[in-house]
Amino acid sequence: MGGIRTAGDLVGRMQMTRGMRLEEAKRYVAERLGVSTMDLSDPVVMREARRELGLGLIPVDELVFAGEPAAMEAKFRIARVLDVPINSVERFKEHIGAEVR
Amino acid sequence: MGDGSRVEMTASEIRGELEDGVAAAAKRAKVPPLTADEVDHLCDIFCSNARFSAVDVGDEVILSSDGTCSLASGSTTENLLVYQNNLGADTLELATDDYSYKAVKTFATSEAYRMKMAQLQVVPPAQYGAMPDLGRYSRPDGPIANWSELLPLGKIDEARAAQEEAMELAIEDMVFVADHLWEGGADGIDFDTGGASGDADLLATLRTTEILREKYPTMGIQMGMAAEMVLGMHGEITYDGKRLAGMWPSQQQEVVEKAGATVFGPAVNINTTKSVAWNTARACTLIKPCMEKARIPVHPNVGMGVCGVPMTAIPPGDALTRASRAMVDILKVDGL
Repeated sequence: MGGIRTAGDLVGRMQMTRGMRLEEAKRYVAERLGVSTMDLSDPVVMREARRELGLGLIPVDELVFAGEPAAMEAKFRIARVLDVPINSVERFKEHIGAEVR
Repeated sequence: MGDGSRVEMTASEIRGELEDGVAAAAKRAKVPPLTADEVDHLCDIFCSNARFSAVDVGDEVILSSDGTCSLASGSTTENLLVYQNNLGADTLELATDDYSYKAVKTFATSEAYRMKMAQLQVVPPAQYGAMPDLGRYSRPDGPIANWSELLPLGKIDEARAAQEEAMELAIEDMVFVADHLWEGGADGIDFDTGGASGDADLLATLRTTEILREKYPTMGIQMGMAAEMVLGMHGEITYDGKRLAGMWPSQQQEVVEKAGATVFGPAVNINTTKSVAWNTARACTLIKPCMEKARIPVHPNVGMGVCGVPMTAIPPGDALTRASRAMVDILKVDGL
């Protein structure tokens, strides 16, 4: 579908970790992001949606800035937006210690 | 052709290949043939002169994989970043060159740390993958008597006992590695080429899946098959009351789903002497019975030598994209 160019990683995450079939996964992600299922594979629409929600972008100079979420930070947001626990995010929280969570 | 060589055919010759491929699958696996409309659509795909073929806008599917870190240069994390940033991969997979859980067990802690470091830098879900590889547990590579040597000697009981013994070791190793990688932050585990050593290999993988599903309810578990039919190297092994030997994709999907996997990857072998059209039509026919009843995503293996893709290291783009598109258009697969 295009990975983080589009919403391929988000739909893929719902398949891989929730066992959702394609149409269900696309509908779920589209609903959570407030876009249509057709938008999910549109890199122009998804770039704006991902930027707005902080879900991570292709990290090339023209697209990303230090003031925006990257990788692990974006995955915190993905977990919240998709309402799914992400293993690496949960581990990260655990490792930084309860006092700073 | 199935060996990657170029061939020219007329439209009627292509249709003949497609019809033969469908008939071969229906007869071999006792599955319904594709409909006339489906064969017509395959004909449209294969009669195009375009180099690349693609699905309609909106019909895009997820691409999963078995190892997105096999580039010859750069660290494994850098490889994952190339797949994420340059190739637009939907999912990622960390793995090592010796793609076997038995081999990985000896350095699982290092692999878990590599996963942890990678997870800090990548956004798409990243699983860890290797092969169950039951054959590795037999001599001379492992400690168990070699069932491939025992069987020709007529030592059937001994061969079966050896496979059962190997199975226990394989389960222990796969759970051990998965435990470590989960601790490293992996989003899932990939059991690639399940059943490569036959029915005992598949049962070991199914039982491992059950154990992991119980321990880690949110772990992704992808199980890709080794071949279109499960070999009966043991012959008497059952899962959920069903004999594994001789299972075709439709039956494989049921046991994989029952065990608790989240993604099922059927594989249909290539006949290198037949055309890509023949092979693709045959693969579609064999996999089609999975599609309506599956409750988890079905990602047919469209890699080298399976599901219509020629058995050659660098598959021609026209063959690869036609086989891939056929899987999506005809079967409505969830991914590839």
